[in-house]
Amino acid sequence: MKKKLIFLTIIALALIAVFMLIQAGGHWDYILPRRGKKVLAMIITGGAIAFSTVVFQTITNNRILTPSIMGLDSLYMLFQTFMVYIFGSAGLTMMGKNVNFVISVGLMALFSVVFYKLLFKREGQNIYFLLLLGLIFGTLFQSLSTFMEVLIDPNEFQIVQDKMFASFNNINTELLVLSIVLMAGVAIYFTRYAKYLDVIALGKDQAVNLGVDYDKVVKRMLVVVAILISISTALVGPITFLGLLVANVSYQFMKTFRHHFLIIGAMLLSVIALVGGQLLVERVFTFSTTLSVIINLAGGVYFLYLLLKESKSS
Amino acid sequence: MIEVKNATKLYNGKTVLDDVSVSIRKGKITSFIGANGAGKSTLLSLISRLIKKDGGDILIEGESVDKCKSSDLAKKISILKQSNHINVRLTIRELVSFGRFPYSQGKLRPEDWAFVDKAIRYMELEELQHQYLDQLSGGQQQRAFIAMVIAQDTEYVLLDEPLNNLDMKHSVQIMKVLRRMVDELGKTVIIVIHDINFASVYSDDIVALKNGRVVKEGPAAEIIDSPVLKQVYGMDIQIETINDHRICIYFS
Repeated sequence: MKKKLIFLTIIALALIAVFMLIQAGGHWDYILPRRGKKVLAMIITGGAIAFSTVVFQTITNNRILTPSIMGLDSLYMLFQTFMVYIFGSAGLTMMGKNVNFVISVGLMALFSVVFYKLLFKREGQNIYFLLLLGLIFGTLFQSLSTFMEVLIDPNEFQIVQDKMFASFNNINTELLVLSIVLMAGVAIYFTRYAKYLDVIALGKDQAVNLGVDYDKVVKRMLVVVAILISISTALVGPITFLGLLVANVSYQFMKTFRHHFLIIGAMLLSVIALVGGQLLVERVFTFSTTLSVIINLAGGVYFLYLLLKESKSS
Repeated sequence: MIEVKNATKLYNGKTVLDDVSVSIRKGKITSFIGANGAGKSTLLSLISRLIKKDGGDILIEGESVDKCKSSDLAKKISILKQSNHINVRLTIRELVSFGRFPYSQGKLRPEDWAFVDKAIRYMELEELQHQYLDQLSGGQQQRAFIAMVIAQDTEYVLLDEPLNNLDMKHSVQIMKVLRRMVDELGKTVIIVIHDINFASVYSDDIVALKNGRVVKEGPAAEIIDSPVLKQVYGMDIQIETINDHRICIYFS
């Protein structure tokens, strides 16, 4: 197991090295900090998405879901649009990106807890109900955003639109420090719960039987997921398929049920996918496409493959 | 001893358990019998805290389950539900090792592995222990899950329809194991079971339920009795004694 992680780490580091050093042309003091920030953002985003997806899939006991089903990234967009609608883009700038970020994280965490209360507290609620409700909430948030987008000034709309698409070419570097701090905090907080996730993967009944305080753990994990999703969405924008892709590749590659291996594996794979994908975008396609297009294409194909495989096995 | 006192449970306003009081003797096999929807599984889930009760109290050795921490209860009482579909790919040995979670919190010590080995040997799964669960037959899977419960080493073992979907041979095998767990390891086993002949032959006590109420509880011989069964199932059941076992004939 450790060998596999080392293998993934080496690939990730190699890709990062290539990304940092390729075609530098000797302008090191200009290129290294610029690319360094990009790589850092990719590591954090990739890590956060992979981490949150594995955790979310374990709590929901379903391997083709991503946290975006709960409408979390739609909620983020709604909040951003709402702020621009009320205060204008100047207001958004005035507020400062870090304040905006903290409020967004708080809002999404709060939403997760309310969502949980609505759903999991009542007995006999199944996963399809969660899917439906999440989709409805997501659509509601999107519609509200669109409504406000139509009303605002086209120039202001540009500001909102910038946030709508994932892109590593205009990363919110101001948020990097805060993101790293949050991410580290979440990771430290999480280590106490990793062992419970191994048990929760067996299903709710088994988890309760084995003495896991299921409700408490699941609620806390949902907050962790919300924070991680906020980090990645705020840094680069919504990347839906990446989590699905790397989580499932990690299950297949790691072949274990232990979550600390699965999560670290997924995070490394995620970094590999992002840095590798960005290399392709910059060097092969010379910016004629974006990373999210490549990821969504690969993710979409993989998703179809998963669906076909699932339907065959059942 | 487990005492259920005036337990009540509602699902969406419909009463499924109505003021049920039962006491279960230690070191015995107790079977819950009754028609579909009588509340047997609900009662079992209630005792094992898988679902929350709407009224009444459940005492395990005089202590209310509400006052116990879930992690402590996991060392006293274990439950195995009837459908055990697991999304994760596990070998038998890995599954059984989960039974030690309440003691080791996932970091198994040598003594925990000793329990795992013992449980695997007890269920005669040594040769299969490195195989994945999805490669096994229903009977082998059921044995693996029971091995996990044995590794959990709880005083009370609750099983919800352990014979579900098993053929006669495997059913007898499982029942014999449960009997041995009681006789040799001193466990208390509580099962929900549909086949009243298995209940009659293997259990010490029987609790008969109907429409969320207890019809009668007592030693097996008292419950396997035509008038009582008529009350429980609403059909005439002839009872014959074969090799000292009371066998119900209900096919015609």
